[in-house]
Amino acid sequence: MVMLQIVPYEEIMALSSVGRIRKLLNLAKEDKIVLLQGRLKKEEEAELIKATMEEINEDFKGIELAVINPTIENLTGLKRFKNRVINALLGNRTGFTVIGPANIVKQIKKDPNKIELLTSEKTNQKNKRNKRRNNKKR
Amino acid sequence: MGILALLKRFIFGWFSRRDSIRLGLYGPPNAGKTTLANKICVDWLGEEMGQVSRIPHETREIQIKEQIKLEHKGKTLQFNLVDTPGIATKIDFEDFIKAGLPEKEAKKRAKEATKGVIDAIKWLDEMDAVIVVLDSTKDPYNQVNITILGNLAARNIPVLIAANKTDLKKANVKKVQAAFPQYPVIGISAKYGKNIDNFYSSLFKLVK
Repeated sequence: MVMLQIVPYEEIMALSSVGRIRKLLNLAKEDKIVLLQGRLKKEEEAELIKATMEEINEDFKGIELAVINPTIENLTGLKRFKNRVINALLGNRTGFTVIGPANIVKQIKKDPNKIELLTSEKTNQKNKRNKRRNNKKR
Repeated sequence: MGILALLKRFIFGWFSRRDSIRLGLYGPPNAGKTTLANKICVDWLGEEMGQVSRIPHETREIQIKEQIKLEHKGKTLQFNLVDTPGIATKIDFEDFIKAGLPEKEAKKRAKEATKGVIDAIKWLDEMDAVIVVLDSTKDPYNQVNITILGNLAARNIPVLIAANKTDLKKANVKKVQAAFPQYPVIGISAKYGKNIDNFYSSLFKLVK
């Protein structure tokens, strides 16, 4: 079973950059696919990658990350400018960010208006491995 | 990027840009960063920079070659070349085992690779200009590519995209250009030196 956790922008709005990254990464480490309303700042995306690397071990292989932003890509001129001002003042709420644990999400394919999550069989392998470990302990 | 960092960049750039530009090579793993670094170093220093491999994350530490003097069409450009480990969002030691490494070595490589990614991101602030090396046979809309380019733009660092591996049938430079129309994109084969003269011309435009 794949669990999808929706995170509204309001839930991360008041958090510091470190807090945002921690929250999203913790959800991914709980084997949940995170669907965040809006997007992180560019610098926060890089920090998220850094934080992910610090936590990689035999069970946590990292994340798959994708940002889909259909509205802004279609905007032009004044509307685009207006959107940027709103984003600067209130945070970037347009589009979605998908963060999936790499042991579940093998690849994220996207085009401007849709995303495809290719899931992995490794979750089952991991469950089997855990079962084997538990049996050995008994 | 903070105001202090911007100020530092401005002052640093004003006094020393012409003498010792720090030119970074960034990109995802196995895009050909070290192959391109080797090509540049062999062409202008007569020696290679680092080892290349078909197994991803061969470069796991920052490598620097100093005082490379590039001469092209009567102009001279001097820079320090910084080859960085490939940036990735996931690293699985089992992939290295599948590629033929023994388990112990695969785990060691994975651990070193994670440190390499962290170092590569930390070094972003130290660059004066960057060549983003992408594998032109792969999907350019990969989030790692977008994150790297976004971070360079946020730091006002000039960027040239080298769409590498044009010697391969699947290569699609136009797709890379369409994905990143705001950046100069040049198709090359670092391995065979294809279009390398135009690459050097673009490099002059980037930093001069």
